[in-house]
Amino acid sequence: MTTPDHLKYTETHEWVKRETDGTVSVGISSYAQEMLGDIVFVENPAVGRKVVKGEECGVIESVKAAADLYAPVSGEIVAANDELRDAPEKLNHDPYAAWMFRIKPSDPGELDGLLDAAAYRNVVEKDKK
Amino acid sequence: MLIFELSRPGRVNRSQAPGDAPEPRDIPQRFLRARPPLLPEASELDVVRHYTSLSQRNFSIDTHFYPLGSCTMKYNPRACNALALLPQFLARHPGAPDDTGQGFLACLFELQEMLKEVTGMAAVSLAPMAGAQGEFAGVAMIRAYHDAHGDTERSEILVPDAAHGTNPATAVMCGYGVREIPTDGDGNVDLPALKRAVGAHTAGLMLTNPSTLGVFEHSILDIGKVVHDAGGLLYYDGANLNAILAKVRPGDMGFDAIHINLHKTFSTPHGGGGPGAGPVGAGARLAPFLPLPIVCGRDEGYRLQDERDLPLSIGRLAAHAGNAGVLLRAYVYMRLLGAEGMRRVADFATLNANYLLAELVKAGFDAAFPQRRASHEFILTLKRLKDETGVTAADVAKRLLDKGFHAPTVYFPQLVPECLLIEPTETESKQTLDAFVAALREVAAEARASPDLVKSAPHTTPVRRLDEVRAARELDLTWKSV
Repeated sequence: MTTPDHLKYTETHEWVKRETDGTVSVGISSYAQEMLGDIVFVENPAVGRKVVKGEECGVIESVKAAADLYAPVSGEIVAANDELRDAPEKLNHDPYAAWMFRIKPSDPGELDGLLDAAAYRNVVEKDKK
Repeated sequence: MLIFELSRPGRVNRSQAPGDAPEPRDIPQRFLRARPPLLPEASELDVVRHYTSLSQRNFSIDTHFYPLGSCTMKYNPRACNALALLPQFLARHPGAPDDTGQGFLACLFELQEMLKEVTGMAAVSLAPMAGAQGEFAGVAMIRAYHDAHGDTERSEILVPDAAHGTNPATAVMCGYGVREIPTDGDGNVDLPALKRAVGAHTAGLMLTNPSTLGVFEHSILDIGKVVHDAGGLLYYDGANLNAILAKVRPGDMGFDAIHINLHKTFSTPHGGGGPGAGPVGAGARLAPFLPLPIVCGRDEGYRLQDERDLPLSIGRLAAHAGNAGVLLRAYVYMRLLGAEGMRRVADFATLNANYLLAELVKAGFDAAFPQRRASHEFILTLKRLKDETGVTAADVAKRLLDKGFHAPTVYFPQLVPECLLIEPTETESKQTLDAFVAALREVAAEARASPDLVKSAPHTTPVRRLDEVRAARELDLTWKSV
């Protein structure tokens, strides 16, 4: 299990990456994909949808569970990774390359409230117990 | 192997007894098919061997212990089957007038009465054809009730995070949003969180008690009060009724609606062996909204009520009176048991579960809620085994098949990692339970000594490990000639 230092994280196991164009990419952590097991379906939010931080905005289904995806920050969905529809296994194979959707944050300050890698590792350790 | 693959052109299989029905000759030409239907052509012996061999590959309650938690897989007494197959029931046309079916309707009426008594509800409809449909009926009634009171702002159903997946699905099907209520460390609904979640937007709460975590909600009366005080209604998911049968009644706990899985608690054939039946019960406030038909009229002659009798009904969910054959089996089962027998069902279902839990803990397994007594089922977590050996709950479940036991429910409820949800039911003997403990103990020893043996299980079943990813993604249920 890896937790790259250059990313931000949520307590609900999403990772968040700042892109150079001011948007952020969102995916799920390696720990999340490991807990879910083989992922079989992904339902991303629609492009253009406005989301509020913490809002349910997608679904990931694996052979053993269905899990909700939460918006890490408020803003507008500007892109969704359609490749995952046909190849959801990418979330298992390379979780930090397989971004799920991009948000244009309405309040970039919210990004500072996300967890850094060390804090997220603590969340995972607690979760493991 | 499909029966179609056995087909050989021209291998016909004529009826052995001459039929006495004349060939129909007056069907207009335009309604006749141009080509015969594509049916498999096989001899009678081919057909008998094919289906007998398929049945021999089954794990079923008739052949194996089937401790599938949250599913109450108990023995189906043969008497129920035999009596439901009486020709007077079988040959009755479902559209026949009520006055020629008084015996049949009397059975359904008495079944309604017994279910009312055992659930503490004011009225029962037998119409829903499965548990999920019963759930749908229950929440549709809640919606109809709020609508009838002009209370249209209620937009949310509360569901504990340990609930069956059907609960949120039902709420959404009925047009509601879903809000999850967390569970506290003892496996109870988190009451402070529930208090924060209720309000003018609350339509109701869906709850299973004993819960899917296998424990009884200690604060059920407080939970009911919180929801009722906010103007919401309480829906009881009957999945775990077996644990409290004739001991505690959902109506007395404050529930306004309930569905009952006859194929679980009342021992009718289950799942793919169904069809099921999910009668729905209602307290006084929801009774006018029950689905149709309902059997009435013990004194003036039994009849099926329709929209004229119950104008506020949510409507019909099934043709005729529902899955009549299933309803009759449950009726016979309840008559065979009587009130005393039903209490014994709950006694032995809980005794068996607690015995099995205690023996498995002695054998070195971890209970998910060690401080709690089991209801009719309990959860083990194999997290420690996985951390130590890499062997998962799914691997253990597969290996149990090799030992002659159906796997318990795995990875449900989702909040317990690497979990097995085990429900022995009242119909298993101590010897069977002991054999199951021995098998699980063997699997745990194998996981430590030769983990690959467990990870590559099953080894002795007709099919080995299935490709679950492909099965989920490429659902293919229909045979097509290519």
